[in-house]
Amino acid sequence: MGAGSKAENEWPASKQDHQFNRRKEVRLRNLLAVMAAACLTTATHADVLKIGALATLEGTYTVLGEDGMRGLRLALSQAGNMAGGREIEIIIAGTDASPDSAVRAARKVVEQDGVDLVIGPLSGSEGIALRDYSKTQPHVTFINGISGAQETTFVTPSENFFRFNMDGAQWSAGLGEYIYNVKGYKTIATIAEDYSFTYTQVLGLAIGYCQAGGEITERIWVPLGTKDFASIIAALPDDVDALYLGLGGADAVNFLNQYQQAGGDAQLVGGTIMVDGTVLSSKGSAKNALIGVPSSGPQADTWDDPDWQAYIKAYQDEFPPDQRFPLPSLLATGYYNATTAALSCLNEVGGDLSDGQAAFRSCLSTLVLDAPNGQIRLDGNRQAIGTNFVSEVVELEDGTLATQLVDIVSDVNQTLGLDPDTFAAIGTPGREVPECKTSY
Amino acid sequence: MRRFARLHPWWSVWIAIATLVLLYLTFAIWPPWLIGLIGKKKLFLNSLFNGITLGSLYFLIASGFTLIFGLMRNVNLAHGSLYMMGGYIGYLIGDWTGYWLLAFPVAFMVVGLFGVILQYFVFRRMEGEDIRQTLVTIGISIVLADIMLWAFGGDFYNISPPSWLSGPIETIFVTGVKRSSGDLIYLKYPLVRLAIFAASLAIGLGMWLAINRTRIGMLIRAGVDDRDILSASGIRVQFVFVAVFAFGAGLAGMAGVVGGTFQSIAPGEDIRFLLASLVVVIVGGMGSIPGAALGAVIIGIAEQFGSVYFPTYAVVVTFLIMVLVLAFRPTGLLGRN
Repeated sequence: MGAGSKAENEWPASKQDHQFNRRKEVRLRNLLAVMAAACLTTATHADVLKIGALATLEGTYTVLGEDGMRGLRLALSQAGNMAGGREIEIIIAGTDASPDSAVRAARKVVEQDGVDLVIGPLSGSEGIALRDYSKTQPHVTFINGISGAQETTFVTPSENFFRFNMDGAQWSAGLGEYIYNVKGYKTIATIAEDYSFTYTQVLGLAIGYCQAGGEITERIWVPLGTKDFASIIAALPDDVDALYLGLGGADAVNFLNQYQQAGGDAQLVGGTIMVDGTVLSSKGSAKNALIGVPSSGPQADTWDDPDWQAYIKAYQDEFPPDQRFPLPSLLATGYYNATTAALSCLNEVGGDLSDGQAAFRSCLSTLVLDAPNGQIRLDGNRQAIGTNFVSEVVELEDGTLATQLVDIVSDVNQTLGLDPDTFAAIGTPGREVPECKTSY
Repeated sequence: MRRFARLHPWWSVWIAIATLVLLYLTFAIWPPWLIGLIGKKKLFLNSLFNGITLGSLYFLIASGFTLIFGLMRNVNLAHGSLYMMGGYIGYLIGDWTGYWLLAFPVAFMVVGLFGVILQYFVFRRMEGEDIRQTLVTIGISIVLADIMLWAFGGDFYNISPPSWLSGPIETIFVTGVKRSSGDLIYLKYPLVRLAIFAASLAIGLGMWLAINRTRIGMLIRAGVDDRDILSASGIRVQFVFVAVFAFGAGLAGMAGVVGGTFQSIAPGEDIRFLLASLVVVIVGGMGSIPGAALGAVIIGIAEQFGSVYFPTYAVVVTFLIMVLVLAFRPTGLLGRN
């Protein structure tokens, strides 16, 4: 301290004056800010309930984030923008799929805007970061948007973090058995982005596929945001029955484009976001490589269930055709479900978030959500147990691509039906985890 | 060349050895021990060619960037936005008319015209104020990115090449011998990438000729050396500036069509290619066109070899090269002191 003040005293007078002026300026600015804030708070109604929404609105996953926000808006507009007698104000903060961007956005809505509730994030590693952040903000409830890394709710779960979507491994349920038994692919190689969500997806695939008897000969991991896949395509093994592609967004489009140019003709199997609406509705011919490709995830676009069809119609009616996808993507569905869950519990407790949101949280924990993509309930870690859909990509009459249902797996829990201890012994999903074994 | 050999005998020996090794690796049928050491020849050749073709895309973008910097000392941080604009325009033209080739001149002209507007209405007004120009270009790039996001949405646009250019062709390079019959296996390579490489080579040669053999090229070279003397000797230097800016912007626009064809156009690409061209010109030397070509090929090859041989650290390689160049040759490989 002494050294610092000494140095300050030695400053030339003009600099001191300057600093004094600056301090005065800062003080004045603070005063203005406080006044402005005071005006704002008196202007808004006291009963308004603030919800922060996080989605990837920059970078590789921009389109995915945009559709997620459509799901959230749809749920709100169906509820008339009210829940538990209180009006709802949404504050959107954009992220770029990196964990630090998610934490920055969450801090903004929680610490600056003072929201009661956060809905988001979208991407796997963001979810893990927000789980940790949520522990430092016990007075705020976090409801996951659609991020699907296993760790988020399986390893050191957070009391105030709820996830109404299944994780990446649950989204793979049924796919391994289907490609082995029905498609007859005895050996596959996987090529996927190098991060937590795709690790989780490959884990889910491997547990099903290897137990059915299949063999994964090679796992290739590429950095998220890879644009030029040409050399990776050249390095793909040609002695396997099929290639599993765990890519998403722009990466998926670039891969397919360059794969076609290189004359690739292997059988493909798609990860959940590889065959999502975001890729299936991209501009250009790259996506046509996906026709006939089997995949799995939390929805099958052309499912004939009346609730699902009603949801599709609501989505199509809510947004003009040029501002949406032909069919809601799983990201829209994820945010829609998260928002619906929040709104129905807010109604249940009459908008009462007192006592550290205890009543609201206990409602969330026991809620059985009648989602358009099947019933969802939470386990002890506040992680969804739901329905998974195995599908194949088809070309619809109007030329758009969509996923068509081939199999439904209901009541998929986070341990994929394995004994919790056995499942935990497999380890956290990673580049080499799990091993490919016929029983676990 | 002889002069270079006399000045740098050791460098010449190393370059000669490297060239011979590369020629051997490219044309010989690899013995088993070599395959055991560094993997299949198919992989090596593919990475090499992909690196060169990716480098030719980088060259198209970076050459305009470096030309503008060399002449006007203007670090145009909106260069990536010009690239992206060219890509979107190329998609629209290709989609409307069905002629992929038409996309190139149209993107070149529209983006070039936009460059004229930028130079005439914005940069001319703040000539010589480097920092201010740089900050303004950042502002313009942000505004352009948002306008394009508004106009085209966040979708991924992929420009389809015509059918005669899609798919692979068999090249003259041998990748191995079939064990059963003893037939030679030839490398299959995407035709569109070869076409793009040939086009960049033609553009690069054309630029070299234009700058070294024509009157306007003479003016540009004189301007790069000493702008003030050039304008003092009665040349209307503003015309040269506008022409160079338009040409550089047009090249970036054309690169956008190329990039949209063998990759895709989406929000965020502007920043990525701005960064790539910055790295390329820093490695090659700010303001030097041969430097941009050398830097582009080095960065392209490093990225592709990195993604195959050590995928986890592929991103680091590029920046490692930049660090090494900055440490030992701060002006870039072919930059002037």
